[in-house]
Amino acid sequence: MFRELPLWPDQASTMAGRVDALYVFLLAIGTFFSVLIAVLVVGFAVRFRRRSEDERPPAILGSTALELTWSLIPLGIVLFVFVWATEIFFAMNRVPPGAMEIYVVGKRWMWKTQHLTGQREINELHVPVGVPVKLTMTSEDVIHSFYVPAFRMKKDVLPGRYSTMWFEATRPGRYHLFCAEYCGTKHSGMIGSVVVMEPAAFQAWLAGGAAGGSLSAAGERRFAELGCQTCHRADSAGRGPVLDGLFGGTVRLANGATVQADETYVRESIVNPAAKVVAGYQPIMPTYQGLVSEEGLMQLIAYIQTLKAPAGRATPPAAGAGASAAEGAR
Amino acid sequence: MSETALPAHDAAHHPRLAHHFTDLTSQKDASSLGMWLFLAQEIMFFGGLFLAYTVYRALYSPGFAEASHHLDWKLGAFNTVVLIGSSLTMAMGVHAAALGHNRTTAGYLLATIALGGVFLGVKVVEYGDKFRHHLVPGAHFQWDGLHTRAAEIFYSLYFAMTGLHALHMVIGIPILAWMAWMAWRGRFSREYHTPVEMTGLYWHFVDIVWIFLFPLLYLIA
Amino acid sequence: MSAGPEPVPARRPGGPPPPPPVERRDKANYLNVSFGVKSWLLTTDHKRIALLYLASISLMFALGGLFAVAIRLELLTPGGDLVQSETYNKLFTMHGIVMVFFFLIPSIPAVLGNFLIPIMIGARDLAFPRLNLASWYVYMIGAAFTLYALISGGVDTGWTFYTPYSIVSNTHVVAAAVGIFVTGFSSILTGLNFIVTIHKMRAPGLTWFRLPLFVWAHYATSLIMVLGTPVVAVTILMVAAERILHLGLFDPRLGGDPVLFQHLFWFYSHPAVYIMILPSMGVISELVTAMSRKRIFGYGVIAMSSLAIAMLGFLVWGHHLFVSGQSAYAGMVFSLLSFMVAIPSAIKVFNWTATLYKGSVALQTPLLYTVGFIGLFTIGGLTGIFLAATGLDVHVHDTYFVIAHFHYIMVGGAIMGYLGGLHFWWPKITGRMYPEWWARVSAATVFLGFNLTFFPQFVLGYLGMPRRYHAYAEEFQVLNVMSSAGASILGVGYLLPMLYFGWSMRYGKKAPANPWGAKGLEWETDSPPIPENFARQPHVTEEAYAYAPSEVVVV
Repeated sequence: MFRELPLWPDQASTMAGRVDALYVFLLAIGTFFSVLIAVLVVGFAVRFRRRSEDERPPAILGSTALELTWSLIPLGIVLFVFVWATEIFFAMNRVPPGAMEIYVVGKRWMWKTQHLTGQREINELHVPVGVPVKLTMTSEDVIHSFYVPAFRMKKDVLPGRYSTMWFEATRPGRYHLFCAEYCGTKHSGMIGSVVVMEPAAFQAWLAGGAAGGSLSAAGERRFAELGCQTCHRADSAGRGPVLDGLFGGTVRLANGATVQADETYVRESIVNPAAKVVAGYQPIMPTYQGLVSEEGLMQLIAYIQTLKAPAGRATPPAAGAGASAAEGAR
Repeated sequence: MSETALPAHDAAHHPRLAHHFTDLTSQKDASSLGMWLFLAQEIMFFGGLFLAYTVYRALYSPGFAEASHHLDWKLGAFNTVVLIGSSLTMAMGVHAAALGHNRTTAGYLLATIALGGVFLGVKVVEYGDKFRHHLVPGAHFQWDGLHTRAAEIFYSLYFAMTGLHALHMVIGIPILAWMAWMAWRGRFSREYHTPVEMTGLYWHFVDIVWIFLFPLLYLIA
Repeated sequence: MSAGPEPVPARRPGGPPPPPPVERRDKANYLNVSFGVKSWLLTTDHKRIALLYLASISLMFALGGLFAVAIRLELLTPGGDLVQSETYNKLFTMHGIVMVFFFLIPSIPAVLGNFLIPIMIGARDLAFPRLNLASWYVYMIGAAFTLYALISGGVDTGWTFYTPYSIVSNTHVVAAAVGIFVTGFSSILTGLNFIVTIHKMRAPGLTWFRLPLFVWAHYATSLIMVLGTPVVAVTILMVAAERILHLGLFDPRLGGDPVLFQHLFWFYSHPAVYIMILPSMGVISELVTAMSRKRIFGYGVIAMSSLAIAMLGFLVWGHHLFVSGQSAYAGMVFSLLSFMVAIPSAIKVFNWTATLYKGSVALQTPLLYTVGFIGLFTIGGLTGIFLAATGLDVHVHDTYFVIAHFHYIMVGGAIMGYLGGLHFWWPKITGRMYPEWWARVSAATVFLGFNLTFFPQFVLGYLGMPRRYHAYAEEFQVLNVMSSAGASILGVGYLLPMLYFGWSMRYGKKAPANPWGAKGLEWETDSPPIPENFARQPHVTEEAYAYAPSEVVVV
């Protein structure tokens, strides 16, 4: 029986060892104090059990020294744990530059992933070993949570915004992918696998090809289908901001504020253009909410990321995707 | 432990003294503390909505300003004056009750009820106007400005907050009526007028909530 | 509370003197003073209202327990083969709603608190007796709504009602939400009544620092009830309004923010955990000193740590959102504050332990529950540190590790305290002794069954099994089977008291006024107490737990 009794999850990411080290430390602390309390309580109860009804125990009112001891020692321990855990937490939240980007859409009850090279998977995610991977995730409906126990990583996937998480796999293999935030009837069926491959095998898998070309190529086609270029091109008479070189820069808005042109900003500017209008443009862009799927939005974003500022212009213009529009009667 | 005999509940003691209190003062103290705790609870209750308001106003400040312009600040200001007036008559009523002037108390309480009624009447007019202009959130919401979503959230909060406030007044008016009736029957005295005082605290609280709601909803620049 | 130098009967020198000679014309007590359904349903006697609560929450506990049985049966096998997914989701939702809102939150305050607080402070009743009865009716109305939601098809959102799922779920969310909203007001009224009572109704001479620690714990609890409950009430109301009126406050499709709901919900629901555990800590403080007939160690520190826990409880809600996308800096602050809760909790555990030292410890049922409580609460509290540690919580958040942790606190802690207190005060409440041997068997069974049920869940959680899973990966089966086996033992452990308590009400040995030789005003009146609690107004002249000592040690 005990051969089937697992006690430890696989360690398959750079984070796993760090989290496990903290876990082992806390287990040791926890065991120590649990045993200490158990021995003292049971020991005192037995040692000082009532032997006759005439016993008169002493009145021990308290002890400042003891109170300080058992306040300050736990305080010291938890502060130490706090620093340790926060360090890991910040490392989890800081995506290393140059990480490989993959887009994830959660939907009741499946995971859909898209690689920049165009491969699309359902309930599977293939990644190479030894390369930091950044996931940009959103949900089509309710809150989900992308959880890979072997990586010790988890992040909620919310509708209407992007959340990111990253990992660097360390061991090839097939690992569980779970939805950890309750999302309705088939929540426990919203599972899949993360397949970690040796770099060569991963390249071979990539070479297996994608039906529709790369993600940004798909985004470019979508850009054309939706007619975005009628306003957002240099030759479009300035109805909308030019998007070349937009991504990653900052954008000045009509109300004087500035925003970082990241995935969330671009997404919002497509589905709710009135929210952030770029300085110098009229709010004339209609909303595309409901016209583009979450995957389509990610393709558009991947495409906009490829639009570099034309040579000769040193700095990108203060332009953004979000010239905007009478949102129209709903 | 030493003991004293429990106070005898004979004919000499005040008829409004409950059996588990020793005297009217401690009974009144308990009622006051209870009322203040109830109001603390009310603050937390409204606090959830005020927090939601703060979050969305920060998120959608242009949209909130745009949506707010469709509220009639003149009606809001009129209602503010009416409600402050009702707080004044309420305070006068409590004062009269403390002096044992039962008929005067009843008069002031009736005036308070009338002013509360005026407030609610104006509110009905305002709500009716929102219905006609399709400003009630939900399937029929229509907005011809830029910020449809922000406006809908604004009106969600508008109806939730003013509705909850109005509900408090709707609960308050029958209580005031009951107090007025008790006063008319001569039930209060210098020694015993706690119910009027507690009702007054409640009414002032409802008034104060409106003092916050008015600028937050009607006066967004 | 008797002063020291009185002549003490030879047989019980550590105990109190015999009950003061009360000139009783008849054997009237609160139970037999009047009869009939009306005399119960319209009573304003806090003792009778406590029994009304005892009956209703026991029913709710049995109901919640049945859901738990069904859950554990389903989880015996990895495949979802016993019930449909929809059914399973409703089972764990109703288990959570019934146990949290209708059993754990009212359990100790509404039953033991209601019964004991006026007696412990030498008062005739709570400050607002009619309000007290009203709170029971409000509870029943809330329960009726929830049972309606259950009978008409159930709810499947989880007891946390997370948006936007709770807005789109096609189950009876509104009825359940209204039920919880209404029941919340029952807590608010109870808390308000306790605070006023403790402030205004204390017997002459009973200063704040002479109050029993049970009363201190309830004071802290009541603060949370009054200040926290309205926030969740309005939040749940907003969810109901979103469903009925199609508002968009938490619905991202309409521009709302679903995470705002989580903030508002946990702002109450984390302190609510302390509503469940603080009264239990109060019970344990009473039990540990009474069963060892010795002054409590560190009275002031224990009293203040209750208040500290109540206040810190309002500042830690963000630790439920470490992976929800709140900023890493917010996560860091909430993590630090959450760690701080460990300190007053640890202080309590160490002070209880020190109280046993050199005591005269009676190894009877209340002590067994006390020892069980301290053990389970220690494990529950220490695993709380795992969860407050951000970097580790990312992995175990929303897994069975969390399930195990909060069951150690809420079941291992709160229910052990509740059962311990029920045994300890049963003679006072009913005037009858429970059967000691059976009670010891049940205490041991509960402890064993509990650990077997929930300890494997820590391992499951670290392995990565998410919570609320109807079907699970095969490698998790062995641990799940252990857990289900433990649950069957635990079930027997809970069933036993229901049976022998019922039996003892009729056949139990008659209880004397003070069967434990314990200190405290409740032991100086009859068992069961007379309707007025005390024949004469008690005056308090000494500290709490002033057992006549062999010596006074000041360390």
